[in-house]
Amino acid sequence: MPVTRGFNRRRETTPGDRLPPGQYLERGFPVLSAGPTPETPLDEWTFRITGAVDAEREWTWEEFQALEKETPTVDIHCVTTWSKFDTTWEGVSVDTLLDGVEPLGGYVTAFSDGGYTTNLPLEDLTGGRAWVVYGFDGEALEPEHGGPARLLVPHLYFWKSAKWVRGLYFMESDDPGFWETLGYHDRGDPWLEQRYQGD
Amino acid sequence: MSSVIRATDWREATVAAIAPETPRAATLTLDVPGWDGHRAGQHVDVRLTAEDGYRAQRSYSIASAPEDGRPMITVEELFDGEVSPWFVQVAAEGDMFEVRGPFGGWFVWDASETQPIMLIAGGSGLVPLMSMLRHRRNAGSQVPAKLLVSAREADDVLYARELETIGVDVVLTYTRRAPRDWTGYTRRVDRAMLQETAILGGRTYICGPTTFVETVADHLVALGEPPANIRTERFGGG
Amino acid sequence: MEHLDGNAAAGELSEVFALDVTTAVATCAGCGMTGPVAQAMVYEAGMGTVLRCPQCDAVLLRYVRGGGELRVEMRGIRVMHWPT
Repeated sequence: MPVTRGFNRRRETTPGDRLPPGQYLERGFPVLSAGPTPETPLDEWTFRITGAVDAEREWTWEEFQALEKETPTVDIHCVTTWSKFDTTWEGVSVDTLLDGVEPLGGYVTAFSDGGYTTNLPLEDLTGGRAWVVYGFDGEALEPEHGGPARLLVPHLYFWKSAKWVRGLYFMESDDPGFWETLGYHDRGDPWLEQRYQGD
Repeated sequence: MSSVIRATDWREATVAAIAPETPRAATLTLDVPGWDGHRAGQHVDVRLTAEDGYRAQRSYSIASAPEDGRPMITVEELFDGEVSPWFVQVAAEGDMFEVRGPFGGWFVWDASETQPIMLIAGGSGLVPLMSMLRHRRNAGSQVPAKLLVSAREADDVLYARELETIGVDVVLTYTRRAPRDWTGYTRRVDRAMLQETAILGGRTYICGPTTFVETVADHLVALGEPPANIRTERFGGG
Repeated sequence: MEHLDGNAAAGELSEVFALDVTTAVATCAGCGMTGPVAQAMVYEAGMGTVLRCPQCDAVLLRYVRGGGELRVEMRGIRVMHWPT
């Protein structure tokens, strides 16, 4: 394997303990997608809590906007190795959405317009660690970044933060989602470098 | 084929020569041991490895005709690109990287084809079409052919001089700035332009950025071209 | 980032298929459209590659190389054929 003279990675890794192993700091905000950007009109948009729960819930866009808002500032880490620090979002804590909901299963699949799914343990969605966000950097979340609303679970690799999210489906046993069936990790903790199954 | 190397294996490529095409693009002639030829329109994958093991991979269309010997690629430097600046600004004779290919069985043209061909290029989308035109010229083909090139400005037109003698009508449209005294098109390719310039009813090849390719293809279909006669290749970033 | 087309996946899929996929024709298991794989919509998602039907956007094929494995999922293709 020849080394190419004069070729170097463009990015720089920042020393320090904010960057998980194998990551580098990105100044832009890469847009990567597994499919076309969905275009769901807000008057058709709903968010649902469904599956293994005591009672299903559903909110329209207006109802969702009326829920208690939070503005988390978080670092995000993509499994393709880029990380961004101090990203600011606006949305609803998953704890708020699950308030009064009794889960009957310990696993969740987040499902999105366009068919994308991702699975994660319920405990990674609670305790102030996850949101459904509709604002980024002080503006409405753009479609290419997952708008009108996306899941935000910053303590896991960013593929778990499903773009164009429409609901959470609770399950008694884990069910690999879009990328997980292709070998990516069921949980995806960047600090443990859980990129692939078996990591 | 005598070589045991499959086209799908990565193999070493050495820069045999490099020549600027435009202020932002260069053509590199490559020595690739075991190279078994290619078809006009095909591309190669290239892979660069940095000293720390970091690797980056891209695809580039082959600019040379099949009968022109060693393969040549033309690379246009993209703003904020990671790989293209290396090819255009850094690469020198003797430098090495890896290639894989050639690939492509759809976006290809052989001089044995008899249908008229309409070639439509957006920027560096001209590269694989140039391979086809060079092949057509080498073969002495009389198949009716025409080229429409959309470029930002005159400095961005690849192979400008060679296009004057390539043996087909070449229509240029400039989307940012036209040369002084230019009396030709100065806008993005649209339906009226295609109606005025395109050979319809044969086979059309469209290459360039995704938006360009899809817009042009949609216009052609609206003009009555059967979609099956339109072949497209979309280019990405670099 | 925009999508590309099947031409862009030729090299990657040469790691899986012995024949160049850009010479293949595929039938979408979703809508039944039959067309050249070269004209499928390709999404290079960073995490893997996704080929979608140009007519209905259904996933034709998904490919991931990582974690010491190469995985391909092709339920979305009813049949794929190459001329020989």
